[in-house]
Amino acid sequence: MNQTNKEIIIELKDVTKEYDGITVVDHFNLSIEKGQFVTFLGPSGCGKTTTLRMIAGFELATSGEILLGGKDISQIPPHKRPINTVFQRYALFPHLDVYDNIAFGLKLKKIPDETKKNKKGEPKLRHLTKQEINEKVMNALKVVDLEEFESRDITTLSGGQQQRVAIARAIVNEPEILLLDEPLGALDLKMRKEMQVELKEMHKKLGITFIYVTHDQEEALTMSDMIVVMKDGMIQQVGEPKAIYDEPNNTFVADFIGESNIYSGTIIDDNHVLFLNHRFECVDHFPKNEKVDVVLRPEDIVLNDVGKGMVDGTLVSKVFKGIYYEYTMMIGKNEVIIQNTQNFEINKMASISVKPFDIHIMHKEFVSNTYDGYIDKKNNVIFAGGKFECDVTTLIEGTTLDDEGFLVDQNGLKYDLTDADVKVEVGLKDIEIIDNEEDGIISGEIVSIIYKGDHYQIIIRTEEDEDFVVDTEWTWNENDKVSVLIPKDKIQMKLVKEAKEYVVD
Amino acid sequence: MLLTKFRFKRKYLSIPYLLFSIFFVIAPLLLIVYYAFTDKNGHFSFTNLQEFFSSSGNFSVLVVSILIGEANTIICLLIGYPIAMLLAKKKYNKSYVTVLLFIMPMWINFVLRTAATRELLRWIGIDGGKYPYVATIIGMVYNYLPFVILPLYSTMLKMDKNQIEASYDLGANKVQTFFKTIIPMTMPGIVSAATMVFMPTMSSYVISDIMGERNITLIGNLINLNFEQGLWNIGSFYALIILALIGLSVVLFKDVEKAGDARGGLW
Repeated sequence: MNQTNKEIIIELKDVTKEYDGITVVDHFNLSIEKGQFVTFLGPSGCGKTTTLRMIAGFELATSGEILLGGKDISQIPPHKRPINTVFQRYALFPHLDVYDNIAFGLKLKKIPDETKKNKKGEPKLRHLTKQEINEKVMNALKVVDLEEFESRDITTLSGGQQQRVAIARAIVNEPEILLLDEPLGALDLKMRKEMQVELKEMHKKLGITFIYVTHDQEEALTMSDMIVVMKDGMIQQVGEPKAIYDEPNNTFVADFIGESNIYSGTIIDDNHVLFLNHRFECVDHFPKNEKVDVVLRPEDIVLNDVGKGMVDGTLVSKVFKGIYYEYTMMIGKNEVIIQNTQNFEINKMASISVKPFDIHIMHKEFVSNTYDGYIDKKNNVIFAGGKFECDVTTLIEGTTLDDEGFLVDQNGLKYDLTDADVKVEVGLKDIEIIDNEEDGIISGEIVSIIYKGDHYQIIIRTEEDEDFVVDTEWTWNENDKVSVLIPKDKIQMKLVKEAKEYVVD
Repeated sequence: MLLTKFRFKRKYLSIPYLLFSIFFVIAPLLLIVYYAFTDKNGHFSFTNLQEFFSSSGNFSVLVVSILIGEANTIICLLIGYPIAMLLAKKKYNKSYVTVLLFIMPMWINFVLRTAATRELLRWIGIDGGKYPYVATIIGMVYNYLPFVILPLYSTMLKMDKNQIEASYDLGANKVQTFFKTIIPMTMPGIVSAATMVFMPTMSSYVISDIMGERNITLIGNLINLNFEQGLWNIGSFYALIILALIGLSVVLFKDVEKAGDARGGLW
């Protein structure tokens, strides 16, 4: 991108979309420069397609503004927006042939006619002439490499050809922004790779701003000038492909883009971080003793003969992947995935080393689970939609429970904690996951699993949209229905108000 | 030994259907043609043809039949299309119960249903004796509406919502999208709906007899009348005329469908 080309073409300000009270896109803020190739990347259900549909005008934002060249278009219907879309399943018109599909938009278009003026002296609007339409359609066909296909029936075309017609139909209108909703999803791998290159070339040739939606991280890395990584309707990271790959903001981005080893570590001092039972030199600066997540890319780990690197471990598996071998090494209880071109023997010790700038350190997203809750009449605590047994005596120091369920301190003061608001904190390792939905206190669905070397970090989402983040050694499956149990002594609580508010006279 | 020689082939599966069509489709058709072009004594003759075209009364019956058939088809489509559209939209139609509501009249015997319609119309002042054509058309539309709604509804259910969005996206407003995208895309449904209404309307006579209180003669009446009086030859010739008309309308409708497909067909 050269510096003069910094004009912002579209800006999304605080755009939020809700369906029946469920937030699909959450306060989305983004500016896109003219002529860029921007990709919305994320797993299914992350809100990327909904965001695209709001830009196209098929969905109206619940709140927020969409500014196109500085003007708010968020309430304008799609047919009045200078934006065109390439749909996932092409959405070509089966009753029209290739030519008429492409000419569809042109035939509807009206342009100012300079030769005829109305009373105010403004030029009248006229349709495009047949020659003009013909010229544009032929040009579009040339761009997508489908010359001489104009009179073919849509149904006689292959998937790749239909895709090209869909692209031609959109670009022939010379939109300011071209939206592409997973356009290559239905094509086979080889075709997809070819189209990736072609799309990129088309983008360069046409100079139109492209907004591309995909769940394929490789596609995003290959084609984009800028990637917007999304999860749960929120932007996780915005940046150039290389920046996203090299410096992921959090474990989600690291896990989603490329392969990665993720470990829990502790900062020792300005230049050292402890993980895999070793002090590694690093370049990121974090406060001393902070618990952090450390990401190592498999290709950044140097494999060596035993004793020659920083940490020794046992190679337990080897898979040939064409250009390199993928090894799995066990260092203590931790698994390390390594990509290396050299052939090492497995079931033998080897050694790894990592360069300081290849160690990516991130703030831990979840240190513990925190909830707002309250105490009920029977001295249970209610939070996250479940009723948990707890030890209320921990709320006020030096108290015991009397027969009637009141707290009594050494001075004989009685406290009634019914309906008292509390802050609840539960450690990540203190939550038990139970297979049977009925047996736990509250049930939910596993929405995310991230492997962190020697354990999995699992997020369980309840029906009421509360999350439980759990560290466990056991593997579970995404979308599993499970329930959670929390032992009484692992629930840490703090009163929101002063204890004296609850004194009973 | 004989059994081992017999090898089952796939084409043998067609035998039952073949027998059925020979006995119940082809043979009756040939019989109609035979009767149409013979006289009472079984001799080949054109007397039936001459009789039909020499009587202006017969010809006007044919014209009335076609006109009523067309009017019924057009009115049914005009009413049925928006209903089918609403039914196919999940937003307005959350269950199949509403679809059933439009189909349920078919569960009642149609003679009874038509007689009830006549009484109802008389009650609100549209007397079949005074307004035979209005009453007949209303009776026909009521009877044939489900046959329009069903094929349209099922085509609309299969319609890709993305294509309608694509139309908006390419600059078409709601009216343009309706005429340039939705109508052409539902053309197969429109054609089959029209065929299912137009042809039976022409040859039916029970509805017009009941609703129009025997003031209207359709070609179906003529056929019935002749057959009842044992005039098989002239009756068969009328049946042949209807057959020809049906064949013609099939060809015509096919052309309409093709016109929708072809470039510039609709604009």
